[in-house]
Amino acid sequence: MSIKAVNIKYIYNEGTPAAVTALDGISLEAERGEWVSVVGHTGSGKSTLAQHLNLLLTPSSGTVSIDGARVAPGSREARDARRKVGLVFQYPESQFFAETVREEIAFAPSNWGVGGAALDACVAEAASSAGLSPSMLGSNPFSLSGGERRRAAIASVLSMKPDYLVLDEPTAGLDASGVRGLTATFKDLCSKGMAVIHVTHDMEIAMSMSDRIAVLERGVLAVSGTPERVAEYLSERPVKGLVMPPSVRFAQGLREKGVRVPLASRVSGIIEALEEARSRRGR
Amino acid sequence: MEQGPIFSIQGAEFSYKGASSPAVKNVDLSVASGEWVALLGINGSGKSTLAKMMNALLIPTRGACFVMGMDTSDPELAAAIRQNVALVFQNPDDQIVASIVEEDVAFGPENLGLPSETIRARVDRALRLTGLSEMRRRGSYSLSGGQKQRLALAGALAMEPEALILDESTSMLDPEGRASFLNCLRELNARGITIVQITHRMEEVAHASRIVVARSGEVAWDGSPDFFWEEKCAGFGFDIPQELELLRSLRDGGFVPAGTKPAVHDLLEALCL
Ligand SMILES: Nc1ncnc2c1ncn2[C@@H]1O[C@H](COP(=O)(O)OP(=O)(O)OP(=O)(O)O)[C@@H](O)[C@H]1O
Ligand SMILES: [Mg+2]
Repeated sequence: MSIKAVNIKYIYNEGTPAAVTALDGISLEAERGEWVSVVGHTGSGKSTLAQHLNLLLTPSSGTVSIDGARVAPGSREARDARRKVGLVFQYPESQFFAETVREEIAFAPSNWGVGGAALDACVAEAASSAGLSPSMLGSNPFSLSGGERRRAAIASVLSMKPDYLVLDEPTAGLDASGVRGLTATFKDLCSKGMAVIHVTHDMEIAMSMSDRIAVLERGVLAVSGTPERVAEYLSERPVKGLVMPPSVRFAQGLREKGVRVPLASRVSGIIEALEEARSRRGR
Repeated sequence: MEQGPIFSIQGAEFSYKGASSPAVKNVDLSVASGEWVALLGINGSGKSTLAKMMNALLIPTRGACFVMGMDTSDPELAAAIRQNVALVFQNPDDQIVASIVEEDVAFGPENLGLPSETIRARVDRALRLTGLSEMRRRGSYSLSGGQKQRLALAGALAMEPEALILDESTSMLDPEGRASFLNCLRELNARGITIVQITHRMEEVAHASRIVVARSGEVAWDGSPDFFWEEKCAGFGFDIPQELELLRSLRDGGFVPAGTKPAVHDLLEALCL
């Protein structure tokens, strides 16, 4: 079971002088239970791709299929499929419409006929996963601080219980414990069988959480694969806008000194490799 | 200009309407011209409220706030204050006012009634500094998230303010864009522009000359960055930057000598196996 975009091309304002080719032949697949990160420079097409996975945008050419079924935009299948895909927008707080956080979170499930105690439970669960305290449910979304609004927006997508969760820079503006908490929540949902497609500029998170990383450059897939493969590729050939996290740059330097270490190591892994190298040299 | 502080906040408190407790309280803070202050704190700790106070968008409900000696509670001074202090938010949709990129950047300077030559020069410069020159004729609303954030920054730069307050305004830039914007800030700061930077990204804090930590609306810590990294960072629940984590682990393992700087290049240079 997977979500699969094949050879997507997308042109904004097609056929006008203002036409912009945002995606040019992108393919991407995420299986349930997988964490796939999408990284790339500002304007590389990440958000455009995210909106295709949610069927909000219709590709100029190419296809999107969900759980094996190709979804033609506007069809009944598309509507059903869309329920399986939750999208948290890049600036989600621009999308609030309800008077209270509770209504905001309850919106999708209550539209699908969930009500009464089941709805309350669903709202409470989504809020707690997103790290919102129950006391905030009665607040007006616009009276929350920036980080709290973001949690409310994430909760309103989690309440849909999606099989595929598409997150467009979900942790920008969150403090360190918020980032850690939400990342752990996403990883947990992922291990329970949800796919996470994570658009981010945070290479540290991408390197440490992903099963696979897709790197976009000017609307084209520069490289995709495991964090290790992507780190290897990027250390040979830099891609516009991306800077590898310190641990990867340090590991590259170690390799040049003859220390064998995976590029996608955490700090603890680097220290282990160094200790091993030291004991080998000591002998 | 006068030699006094650029910002002087005195016993300030601010309560939002209907809120049970103040968002900011007991704040005494004086920022000298030319400082680069990193304002840190967890979500909801009062950072943005303080930032808005420093730009006369919010008036303290108790105490006072002066910007270059001007009392922010005097409505007649608000325009002069905002001309000198530019505030950039995280969400650019809140501040984009014109539908074409270059017109949006020109909006502020035009309101100052500057000659059109000057306006053109400022707009060109701001677009260049933010890497938007090639997109100047694009529709503002057709930009990507990070491009919009750059546009908001360009609008602030074109005002050529004495002080720049950045409220999470680089959160959606790619790593390269963030690095080049930091360079641009460093240049401005070297020319004497005061910078107050709110961020959750510890690697951005490295350039600040002073760190102020807000907690529950109060100033919980105020001091020099060096001391902050050594003693306080983890105590406030902030993540230490990965370079510092590397340094500490390498130092503890005896792989680099004490006193090595937390930068990848220095760490590799100092490495002894
Ligand atoms: N509504 C639109 N109309 C026209 N062009 C657009 C529109 N939205 C985006 N674009 C353009 O399409 C390209 C890809 O944009 P997209 O928003 O997908 O980038 P992104 O990778 O998400 O960038 P960021 O990291 O800044 O969020 C960019 O050149 C952008 O300017
Ligand atoms: Mg985007």
